Amino acid sequence: MKLSIAGWLFVAPALLAILVFFVVPVAAALLMSATDFDIYALADLHNVRFIGLDNYLQLLQRPLFWRALENTLFFVVVGVPLSIAVSLGSALLLNSRLAWFRGFYRTALFAPVVTTLAAVAVVWVFLLHTRYGLLNYALSWFGLHPVDWLGDPHWAMPAIVLLSVWKNFGYNMIILLAGLQAIPGDLYEAAQLDGAGAGATFWHVTVPALAPVLLMVSILTMAGHFQIFAEPYVMTQGGPAEHTVTVLYLMYEDGFKWWSLGSASSVAFVLFLFMLAFSFMQTRLTRAGST
Amino acid sequence: MRRPLSYLGVNIFLALAALATLFPLAWMVSASFMTAGEASTYPPPMLPHAATLANYRLLFAEHGIVRQAGNSLFISLLATGLSLSFNLSAGYAFAKLRFKGRERVFRLLLGALVVPAQVTMMPLFLMLKEMRLVNTYVGALVPWLASVFGIYLVRQYALTIPDEILEAARMDGAGELRIFVLVVLPLLKPIVVTLAVLTFLGSWNDFMWPLIVLTDHHVQTLPVALAALSREHVQDVELMMAGAVITVLPVLLLFLLLQRYYMQGLLVGSVKG
Repeated sequence: MKLSIAGWLFVAPALLAILVFFVVPVAAALLMSATDFDIYALADLHNVRFIGLDNYLQLLQRPLFWRALENTLFFVVVGVPLSIAVSLGSALLLNSRLAWFRGFYRTALFAPVVTTLAAVAVVWVFLLHTRYGLLNYALSWFGLHPVDWLGDPHWAMPAIVLLSVWKNFGYNMIILLAGLQAIPGDLYEAAQLDGAGAGATFWHVTVPALAPVLLMVSILTMAGHFQIFAEPYVMTQGGPAEHTVTVLYLMYEDGFKWWSLGSASSVAFVLFLFMLAFSFMQTRLTRAGST
Repeated sequence: MRRPLSYLGVNIFLALAALATLFPLAWMVSASFMTAGEASTYPPPMLPHAATLANYRLLFAEHGIVRQAGNSLFISLLATGLSLSFNLSAGYAFAKLRFKGRERVFRLLLGALVVPAQVTMMPLFLMLKEMRLVNTYVGALVPWLASVFGIYLVRQYALTIPDEILEAARMDGAGELRIFVLVVLPLLKPIVVTLAVLTFLGSWNDFMWPLIVLTDHHVQTLPVALAALSREHVQDVELMMAGAVITVLPVLLLFLLLQRYYMQGLLVGSVKG
């Protein structure tokens, strides 16, 4: 009995903080998304009116919302597989017994993960510069013409994907490396005895053994990618021609530039729904694939 | 026969990958020592012609970056302290103290992880505005008080503490608080360091919430100030690189020093089933 009270006392401060600063705000956001909370309401709370699902319905009619959704989905659908492929490739290299200086490479490949996104985004703006950027300079060695990375609507999002892969692949690399190291060695020995080549061993031993880790990694990475905000805010301000406006960028502009907090809340919940739907789909697809 | 070729292949790929990850950071440092306008020449220079500290001097003297570095440091240190004081006791209790409803509450907490934090930003901002806490350190710190992730991290580690140690302390008549402080905390030391590093880096690098709640120059953190500066000074590559170095270097060094603890947290944190 005494222990029970002690237990509750130990968790009470944390639970209270989470309740007040997370659970209550989530509920409040749901309520707010059903109101016309705007700059007038910010001045005087009496101006708030309940408008039901109007925010959500209006959202569906805004071209910018669809643009933002398209851009975000592009970032997720292209960025997540690319990022995980790079993570897996580098984890395999690091796990190879042939590799020298593994500790150094592990740290070097992981370094971008701990850097400040807003700061490295500023760095990448200049690396991607059309005339003086080093990326275009390197491309010129291969006879390729300079690309207006952040100024061309077709290239802006791919450029952001590039930065994001550079910044993030190290994270999943470490997790996948741990997964690789946990695969029992006798599985590989058995494959070798069966005369399996490197490719066959990879697809029939490594990938199945890694499947649970890959699923978890892809769900977490997807959630992270849906929340893209700082890159467009720092690098392109949503441009060119709104081709890097993401869902969270729209939420930020609605809420904290135009002070339409009701509309911004509805954008946030739409994002939440998409994240839920995608992780559900991912889980189902993986289960279907493994049976 | 294949052996030497594979050796070469693996190591060349690794070297290229390391070049790709480190090059932008090295160029950032190099360009920060260039004279104004030097980086905007063709072909782009890799190293400064004559290294100068002018950009750093300008940032310190004219743009008040000391103030913002101080804000970043202060907020990150406080966030770390707060996170430790809230999450350690809760994580330990969820692992080792039996109380009614423990499992159910813990499952609810884990369930909350699926909700993206950005959903809370609009109401949280209003709440802080009513309390006149916008543009204050307190406003920036509010999301760092307790975190489900932190509680989970500590709980996973605390599960490995043998019950016998706690029972022995109880037999000796020690109270639960005393046991926590004198027996449990020393045992939790590795995870304390891990949680501290993760929180410090997380709050130092945080962008969206500080951007929303800290609009006043004097309370802004480095990433937010740098983003604002880069919008005004699009042409001043070298100045921006100096600002980026000041922002990135502290966390990079901290990571290099405490890498072991950081990686441990990353692995524990990612294996939530």
